[in-house]
Amino acid sequence: MRFLSSHRRRRAAKPLMLAFALLLMGTLYAVVAPAPQVAADTGTSAQVAAGKGLFAVSCSSCHGLNGEGTSQGPSLVGVGAAAVDFQVTTGRMPMAAPGAQAPRKHNTMTREETDALAAWVATLGPGPAIPQKSQYAPGDQDAATIARGGELFRTNCSACHNFEGGGGALPEGKYAPTLKGVEPIHIYEAMRTGPQQMPVFSPGAIPDADVASIITYLESLHAQPGPGFNLGGLGPVSEGLFGWIVGIGGLCLFATWIASRGARAR
Amino acid sequence: MAKPTTITSSAPVLENKRPAGKDAGPQQFSGAAAWLDERIGLAKIAKGGLRKVFPDHWSFLLGEIALYSFIVLLLSGVFLTIWFKPSMMELEYNGSYQLMKGLPMSEAFASTLALSFDVRGGLLVRQVHHWAAILFIAALTAHMLRVFFTGAFRKPRELNWLIGVGLMSLSLIAGFSGYSLPDDLLSGTGLRFVDGLIRSIPLIGTWAEFFVFAGEFPGDALIARLYMVHILLIPGILLALIGAHMTMVVYHKHTQFPGPGRTEKNVVGYPLFPVYMAKAGGFFFIVFGVLILMGALMQINPVWMYGPYNPAQVTAGSQPDWYMGWVEGAIRIIPNWEWHLFGTTWSWNIFLPGVGLMGLLLTGLGLYPFIEAWVTGDKAEHHLLDRPRNAPTRTALGVAGMTCYAMFWLAGGNDILSTQFHVSLNAVTYFMRVAVFVAPVIAFIVTKRICLSLQRADRERILHGSESGIIDRSPAGGYSEDHVPVSHDEAWTLTQHEQYEPLEASDAVDVNGIPQAGRGISKLRARASRWFFSDDIPVPSRDEIEEAHAHDHHELDHEVEDAKALGH
Amino acid sequence: MSHDIVPTDHPSAPVRQFPVDDPGIEHHVPRYTDVDVAAGNRAYRNILAMFGLVPVLAIAFVVIYFAVPKTAGFDVLGNNFHAQTLFLGLTAGLAVLLIGTGMVAWARDIMSDQEIAEERHEAGSDEETRAAALVKVNAGITDSGVGRRKLILGALGGGMGMLAVPAVVLLADMGPYPLAAKRAETIEKTIWAEGVRLVNDVNELPLKASDLEIGQLVNAEPETLFKLHGHEYQTEKAKSAIIIVRMDPASIKIPASRKDWQVDGILAYSKICTHVGCPISLWEQQTHHLLCPCHQSTFDLGNSGVVVFGPAARSLPQLPIKVNAEGYLVAQGDFPVPVGPSYFERDSSKDFKEGDQ
Repeated sequence: MRFLSSHRRRRAAKPLMLAFALLLMGTLYAVVAPAPQVAADTGTSAQVAAGKGLFAVSCSSCHGLNGEGTSQGPSLVGVGAAAVDFQVTTGRMPMAAPGAQAPRKHNTMTREETDALAAWVATLGPGPAIPQKSQYAPGDQDAATIARGGELFRTNCSACHNFEGGGGALPEGKYAPTLKGVEPIHIYEAMRTGPQQMPVFSPGAIPDADVASIITYLESLHAQPGPGFNLGGLGPVSEGLFGWIVGIGGLCLFATWIASRGARAR
Repeated sequence: MAKPTTITSSAPVLENKRPAGKDAGPQQFSGAAAWLDERIGLAKIAKGGLRKVFPDHWSFLLGEIALYSFIVLLLSGVFLTIWFKPSMMELEYNGSYQLMKGLPMSEAFASTLALSFDVRGGLLVRQVHHWAAILFIAALTAHMLRVFFTGAFRKPRELNWLIGVGLMSLSLIAGFSGYSLPDDLLSGTGLRFVDGLIRSIPLIGTWAEFFVFAGEFPGDALIARLYMVHILLIPGILLALIGAHMTMVVYHKHTQFPGPGRTEKNVVGYPLFPVYMAKAGGFFFIVFGVLILMGALMQINPVWMYGPYNPAQVTAGSQPDWYMGWVEGAIRIIPNWEWHLFGTTWSWNIFLPGVGLMGLLLTGLGLYPFIEAWVTGDKAEHHLLDRPRNAPTRTALGVAGMTCYAMFWLAGGNDILSTQFHVSLNAVTYFMRVAVFVAPVIAFIVTKRICLSLQRADRERILHGSESGIIDRSPAGGYSEDHVPVSHDEAWTLTQHEQYEPLEASDAVDVNGIPQAGRGISKLRARASRWFFSDDIPVPSRDEIEEAHAHDHHELDHEVEDAKALGH
Repeated sequence: MSHDIVPTDHPSAPVRQFPVDDPGIEHHVPRYTDVDVAAGNRAYRNILAMFGLVPVLAIAFVVIYFAVPKTAGFDVLGNNFHAQTLFLGLTAGLAVLLIGTGMVAWARDIMSDQEIAEERHEAGSDEETRAAALVKVNAGITDSGVGRRKLILGALGGGMGMLAVPAVVLLADMGPYPLAAKRAETIEKTIWAEGVRLVNDVNELPLKASDLEIGQLVNAEPETLFKLHGHEYQTEKAKSAIIIVRMDPASIKIPASRKDWQVDGILAYSKICTHVGCPISLWEQQTHHLLCPCHQSTFDLGNSGVVVFGPAARSLPQLPIKVNAEGYLVAQGDFPVPVGPSYFERDSSKDFKEGDQ
């Protein structure tokens, strides 16, 4: 103890104390926080049972024990496995806090857990299944088809997600999220299941091939070279901002140089 | 503002060591110079103009940024016209941009894609052209603000101010017509808005709409008509107005900031040839170079991502270019006022923010010099600029105007604000409805107080000098701070501005003492005048300055005496 | 010191007294480049270097123009740049910029920086000049004979003024005249008609009522639109575009007059905003609100399209639909009110208002 008190004014004391306190809190939390359940993948019915158990722990407080819905969350009857795969893999569900928007965040569930949940929810009512790769990324679409995918994108999607999938504003603080860096399977699943405020785009109006062309178009769009920094991809608002700051600001700096008196000799 | 140089008395005197070359230049008119002189009197022009004096200040270069951007627009625009096709005829795209392969689109859009992807350097020039347009209007706005805040619009420059307002209005139309030419989704959405705006004008709306679009929207005439406006009509009028604008600057000579040796009757600076030519000419290349670099490094108006115009498509975050943002904001925040009377529809929700607000701004700007002259009763010529603090009401009005404009501008991007700053879109709209009225008032009050404080600080400087940071302890024990008197140069700069008395209400009488109606000064005018000059901190008079300096010396003497008395 | 310029409406106003005397133009202090030979030569060399780089950059521009492929990309800090635009721009931009900085450096460092003063002249002319001008003007007026024959000027002015009329009238064929009959066949009419099928935009798929799920949004057009081309296609599309939404009938308000305009909660509305005409397809599945991206007008599609926020003043027109024999969604006829933005002659009394039955 003498050692500690006689060294309390050393410069290293504060950072060391901080590190120690953090370590203590972290250890305490790790001990106290609940560990995620791990389900063994031993077969479909076991998977469904595991899913039901997971659901009870992670989802039922808002969606009800049988997915029937409560005041906090809608019914999940008929949403299909695709909806669960989308919501959980993108980290949107379980939500950190109730609210109008479920933002994408880090996913804490494993692949097995997600599949188990999806399997159980699928038993509640018929709904879209998790798609095969051939449905959303067949890989054999020609340029004209991909171009048509762009037309479909601009007719159905850009009104909320903007011309390059950069996202957009909805009423009352909600927003349509960015599509950049989103997996093709998730775009497919979102279109078919209509998460949160997003409407449903069913195969009756937009068949699988058309959805695939939209997805391929987006990927090609994001991959192509652009003439300069894209300034956020928000259109004229950010262009005006940068024009003023870089253009007028930069030229005013030059102007100050031109009109200033240089260093004097004495 | 740059303070005059101070040189300590201990600094050594230095010898000029510029290399003495042989007398540079021709000794008589010969060759081409003589040929020209015999035809256009070149020598007279040279004698009159070559050594004209131009004052130097960085804020005088803002108008030049606008002028040079305009030249860049002309040059890059000519390049674009070589490939652009202003036609709304539909074709199937088969150029090199694969993501539009086979899509139906107008020739205008297809030729823009060709410029961007098939003509080498085409995309660079397109981007330079659009950045130059952004910069042209930004620079002329900044220039207009500089002229406003320094009072350079006063007699004899009111006409030049009016020409400037005209230039600003035309530049807005030039920009809008320009970015609508590619017939892409974003600008087409803007044209759809304009169609609705024109259509909604009371009484004549449908007529104006059918005449502009040659029928219904979008029709097949619009792009070609906009092309004519954009490359012929407006540049022609702009060139003429710019010519008139520059001619008046040469005739009146440029204004200058107050300083040692600068009066209303002279202009102090550098000669046109060689210094100003080099600085202004160099600045042209700097502006041009910066614009090319912006075109190389910053993407602007990526029409291939927007796609060809389709009246059933739209993008989230649809905004016009920044200079139309304020009208856009007004249209967004206005409540949905519309009258449905006896089978007619009066769309105030579109007419008021559109035609009404634009008309209000341009009229207000145009009339301001005359309104201020009416309020102040000032009929003198002015060639020395006002420091903004010395015209507190004008400066506060200007800042309030800027604030009102800024609120509308921000409202125009309310959805971008909503997504970037995670606030509710509806809340932004409601806030802006109040802010456009309240924020300018707050801005006025705050700015006026700041100006008055700065005037007070100036007065302190003249009377008592600047604080040196050296604390003195007197022999008697008291603490005081040494003050260093300001230099003569600075004292002159701080005190040379004229201050005015407010007008007094009076009736004009003729030689026989009979009152003449309409010639005197009305009570309203007197009240406005009082408000305009209210609270101005008076410049100290010569006597006050001398008394203050004597007092400071006097205090110092007292302390020395006290010290002696105490036997130190 | 010369007299200052005085306000001209007070000829007897006193000459202005300044509190401090004018110190005169400041004494010129030399620059380093003037007094130090090494500094001067360094500045000279810097300027030459700036100008000297320009031809190098210009040649680099030419090489890049011909050598770099048009579609090549170039990766910088994770950003994929279009190579030609980047390199052509950097070389040309720097070349031009260096000419400018060289000229400015020359002016600042090498050229003489002695400030000089020039006298101003008053903008207005003096009395002598004015008098002389008036003499000439009066001589001209006398010569013109207008004094005795006063009507000439007025008649000339009136005549010239009237010339404006033919000039303006020449513009009268800029467009058709929107009289009532013309309006009825253009802006008050769309190509929707009895029995026309609703099809998905772009892929032209006809829609069966059973294909649509609750919460679905379809961007649709009339089937007959796709027979048109060019500007005719665009003009009709700008009026006939619709959105179809399916909602749970228990969660929405359907007025009595519109009970047979919808099919099991499937409703069709005009896609064209009643504010200034932007197409709207931002639909919130749960609130049933439709948000226009242009100026944020918001319509409640679960309440006959009434405006709930924003500057639009009229509800969104609804297209009455039904199901045909094969189960496809078809229109019952054209829209009951003109679609799109307001205009003066529009009779807006028939648009749906909150509380209508």
